[in-house]
Amino acid sequence: MSGNSTYQPQSKVLQWFEKRLPIGGLIHSSFVAYPTPRNLNYWWTFGGILSMMLGIQIITGIVLAMHYTPHVDFAFKSVEIIMRDVNYGWLLRYLHANGAAMFFLAVYIHMFRGIYYGSYKEPREVLWILGVIIYLLMMATGFMGYVLVWGQMSFWAATVITNLFSAIPGVGETIVTWLWGGYAVGNPTLNRFYSLHYLLPFVIAGVVVLHVWALHVSGQNNPTGIEPKSARDTVPFTPYATVKDGFFMACFLILYCWFVFYIPNFLGHADNYIPANPAVTPSHIVPEWYYLPFYAILRAIPDKLFGVIALIASIAILAFLPWLDTSKVKSGRYRPLFKQFFWLWVVVCIGLGWLGAKPAEGIYVVLSRIFTVYYFGFFLVILPLLGIFEKTKPLPNSISDSVLGSKA
Amino acid sequence: MTTVSSAEHTRRDFLYIATGAVGAVGAAAALVPLIAQMNPDASTIAAGAPIEVDLAPIADGQIVKVFWRSKPIFISHRTKKEIDEAKNVNVNTLKDPEPDSARVKEGHDQWLVVIGICTHLGCIPLAHQGQYDGWFCPCHGSVYDTAGRIRQGPAPTNLPLPPYKFVSDTKILIG
Repeated sequence: MSGNSTYQPQSKVLQWFEKRLPIGGLIHSSFVAYPTPRNLNYWWTFGGILSMMLGIQIITGIVLAMHYTPHVDFAFKSVEIIMRDVNYGWLLRYLHANGAAMFFLAVYIHMFRGIYYGSYKEPREVLWILGVIIYLLMMATGFMGYVLVWGQMSFWAATVITNLFSAIPGVGETIVTWLWGGYAVGNPTLNRFYSLHYLLPFVIAGVVVLHVWALHVSGQNNPTGIEPKSARDTVPFTPYATVKDGFFMACFLILYCWFVFYIPNFLGHADNYIPANPAVTPSHIVPEWYYLPFYAILRAIPDKLFGVIALIASIAILAFLPWLDTSKVKSGRYRPLFKQFFWLWVVVCIGLGWLGAKPAEGIYVVLSRIFTVYYFGFFLVILPLLGIFEKTKPLPNSISDSVLGSKA
Repeated sequence: MTTVSSAEHTRRDFLYIATGAVGAVGAAAALVPLIAQMNPDASTIAAGAPIEVDLAPIADGQIVKVFWRSKPIFISHRTKKEIDEAKNVNVNTLKDPEPDSARVKEGHDQWLVVIGICTHLGCIPLAHQGQYDGWFCPCHGSVYDTAGRIRQGPAPTNLPLPPYKFVSDTKILIG
């Protein structure tokens, strides 16, 4: 970590500073000279995209916080004042709300990439678990941010999600009262969610630093799943990865801006434009789309406590992935059976998302149960067994062989 | 980076510079809303619209305070004595020379309308105090006369006038 010998600052001033705080050397070794596998495809840009989205959310969030009022009597109105009166307020609000959606879109693609290419395997287990922690923090942050609007969906989402804790035997009700700060979701709840919503993104930033550090210890995975063997297998991060990522980030921003400027309310729920009414629950409560798969799993289980356990387990199981998958071959590219089960699992995840938005009745419940079984079965049954029984394709000798040999 | 002979500018150089330029324009454009959002918003500007004040209920010698754009405005219905005290001054001896006629509207000598914020460091001066019969600022001892002019103390300038006009003999529009 301390000073890379290949970094030589030009000016005397920079040399003086470098001796005292070698930030220049750190940035150089991490993002300029850093040896990057030469065969990375665009699925590897999503880490950078996520850092960019975190920055965008923090900046737009801080600026929105200058105009928002975290009190039950004023919160909804203050959001409308932002939309109508504050200079560029409409833009900042739409950037922040759609930014959250893009943040989750990017994180799901990032996770799917990790699962497909075996990026969670040895020696990247801690890197993966840090990622799971970041994901959990993101879910908490996103949930609390949505509550702040104090619309109908905000209020009832807060009520439903905090009520999950009442499933805990014995201490459940006490915990819920403690979370609420009252006898129901109310002003104390809103105030503390505001405080925590401002705090958690910086906690996320801290864990992201650990995540990138862990990444730089092992180096990036790559589409072959074979670690770099020589300098021929890698290229310096700048200019190759910098420019490639810069390009794809721009493409991602175009998609983001498409939502912000043309369909800014498409991903939201119309009921959240109705001020919160503690006496009336909307007929179709749904969370935002990025929570729908877990919502479907929760509702698939008929028992209250086991439904909550299934919900928590569906996320927590990710942390055990490095040990559940017994295959020595990392990348899905060389695992023909795994590939099929994986893509089926992706379809199941998306299917669960679709089902989460449907009313909890009839065929939707049946399908939710089937999909939930497959969701858990993928981790608990398929992955452990595949490692033992799957006949993998032959691996190339090295990264450069796979790139320079096979590419015509 | 691969070494390139500095004599020839390559296509890559052009692409780098062009991308950098567009990126710089984009970054500047992205900054605009972030900075502009701190300016007063539409509701604040609307709340700062001109206000009408009815002078009829203000008795002779009475001073009334109203707020316009969050600033206190002193409206003083000056007595004959106060008007004379304001006029009988050698303007050249004042720290901030201004004749009384410049501080009132023509034909309305008895109405003094000033912003009630001490020009020193922003406290609100107290009416009917100080040896010039005007205002006294308790924070650091500035003394203003019956025309709101600084006579003693650290304040550098006279109490400023807000924009206002008479819409009738008994009504003014401030702002």
